[in-house]
Amino acid sequence: MKWIGAALLAGSLLLPPIFAGDFYVNLASQILIAAIFALSLNLLVGFGGMTSLGHASYLGVAAYISALLTSRYGFGHGAAAFLSIAGTTAMAAFFGVIALRASGLGFLMITLALSQVLWGLAYRMSNVTNGDNGIAGLTRPSPFGLSLDSPISFYWFALIVATFALAMMTIFVSSAFGSSLKGVRDQPRRMAALGFNPWLIRWFTFVYAGFWGGISGLLYVYYHKYIHPTSLSTTSSAEALLGVIAGGSGTLGGPAVGAALVLLLKNYVSAYLERWNMLLGLVFLLIVLVMPTGIVPGVSRLTARLRGGPR
Amino acid sequence: MQFWIIQGLNSLSLGGLLFLLSSGFSLIFGLMRLANLTHGAFFMLGTYFAATAMRSYDGLNIWVTALGAGIAVAAIGGLFERLVLTRLKNNQLGQVLVTLGMSFIISDACLMLWGGDSIPVPTPQDLQSPTRVFGFVFPTYRLVLVGCAIAAAILLYVLIERTRLGAMIRAGVDDRQMARAVGIPVSNLFTLVFCLGAGIAGAGGVLGGPILSAYPGLDADMLPLALIVVILGGIGSLLGAFVGSFIIGIIYTFGTALFPELAYIILFLPMIFVIAFRPQGLFGRIGA
Repeated sequence: MKWIGAALLAGSLLLPPIFAGDFYVNLASQILIAAIFALSLNLLVGFGGMTSLGHASYLGVAAYISALLTSRYGFGHGAAAFLSIAGTTAMAAFFGVIALRASGLGFLMITLALSQVLWGLAYRMSNVTNGDNGIAGLTRPSPFGLSLDSPISFYWFALIVATFALAMMTIFVSSAFGSSLKGVRDQPRRMAALGFNPWLIRWFTFVYAGFWGGISGLLYVYYHKYIHPTSLSTTSSAEALLGVIAGGSGTLGGPAVGAALVLLLKNYVSAYLERWNMLLGLVFLLIVLVMPTGIVPGVSRLTARLRGGPR
Repeated sequence: MQFWIIQGLNSLSLGGLLFLLSSGFSLIFGLMRLANLTHGAFFMLGTYFAATAMRSYDGLNIWVTALGAGIAVAAIGGLFERLVLTRLKNNQLGQVLVTLGMSFIISDACLMLWGGDSIPVPTPQDLQSPTRVFGFVFPTYRLVLVGCAIAAAILLYVLIERTRLGAMIRAGVDDRQMARAVGIPVSNLFTLVFCLGAGIAGAGGVLGGPILSAYPGLDADMLPLALIVVILGGIGSLLGAFVGSFIIGIIYTFGTALFPELAYIILFLPMIFVIAFRPQGLFGRIGA
């Protein structure tokens, strides 16, 4: 059963470039980027019990650093990518120290406030970030001399990065450290009594999630070749959080499915009407009220029941 | 000298506005343990309400408008609390997400109804002429605004500390289950406090209109300021909201005037200091 599922998934990931047109290949690339972003947020929300409403900070800052370094300061893509990921991870280390002074709602409010500060900065500091006009005319890198300009080559690139990211996050979660993280989520006091350092475990997870958020930001700016303050906005953080919760927080594949659904919905709706934000809000209400555990756990519970398993 | 005095007054009036916004947020958080992310949207609704009402009825009194908008926004907040939030009892995360969703819905509805251009709200005619004190010229409206915030602070203080209703609210803040056990209708108090907080934010939006004018994104500009005020002053503390509002008002106004590009960074420094050395905020009792 598991192997059939894996084969179907692999098939659906490998097929688009062969059969589908450019539009769908591009959509698939965007889904992969959103999936990495949602998976990194899920490390905090699902496995760490830290609900962050400011995860767009890492995506946006990595994208802005790379955009600025390549377009304005003449850096090569390799150096720019390294510096932007290093910078984003350092920022996550700093923000983690601040936000982890609190937990629960306090943590949520602090991450939201921090990300809003960055958003405001991107808008107002227009001689650096170009403000509301965004930074346009960016280029994609060509790793090992291979151009990524065609939709198909970019899709392969994104697929490789996404597979690697998923593997790394799976290892992270299923390692001994991942178990201690889940322990800290559920029973912080007992974990502390056992000699673990809950703060350090949370902080390290925060930094790791920021790192992968930064990676998704790099892919984001490579894909769009453009960056605008909206990628730092609460809407951007909220879309990712919705993907995590809709897909099922604390499951490995769920957030990827949720992120794909949110992205498809956004693309589909934006083609017909401009009311994406309102729909996003309504979907939030719907998911929280009707399907609080998410789609993937809901479906797996259903299949378990169909096969006559317990529950 | 004129610069410092004018900017000083501007910062006080911004602080007053922030108090009207964050006192409700803080009250709601204190009683319901709910981070109401719709609060910025409630404020913005008030401003748009004022823009429409005062431009279509020329010379409409701003106090009447503020009262009307306060009641209207309180009604919207009450409906939201009764229909949605009560279904999510004991689900803090669900409640926050729902208020976030609601803020998206309201701000997009405002964009749909009022369009993307900013709409100025007229300053009341009898407050348009400047006031002269010791040879300095002050915009009268801003002075009045500071007075409003102080009056609101006193009224809220009396309500919370000196009335029976306030005693029930304080009991609910301190120990919700005990309060229920002695017969205080806590869930009705929730609705009442949510309406009150929303109403103050809506009225604050009207009063802020002549200074800020109504524009899409006003909610996203105001909400983080309220969050920072509350984190700074201490969540659930009225005094904290009052002091925090004026601190942030001063920092933000002078920051914008002196270093326009770095205003946001400067804003975030006091927050970091408070979080580092006193995580429960200056006057807070509840750990966040």
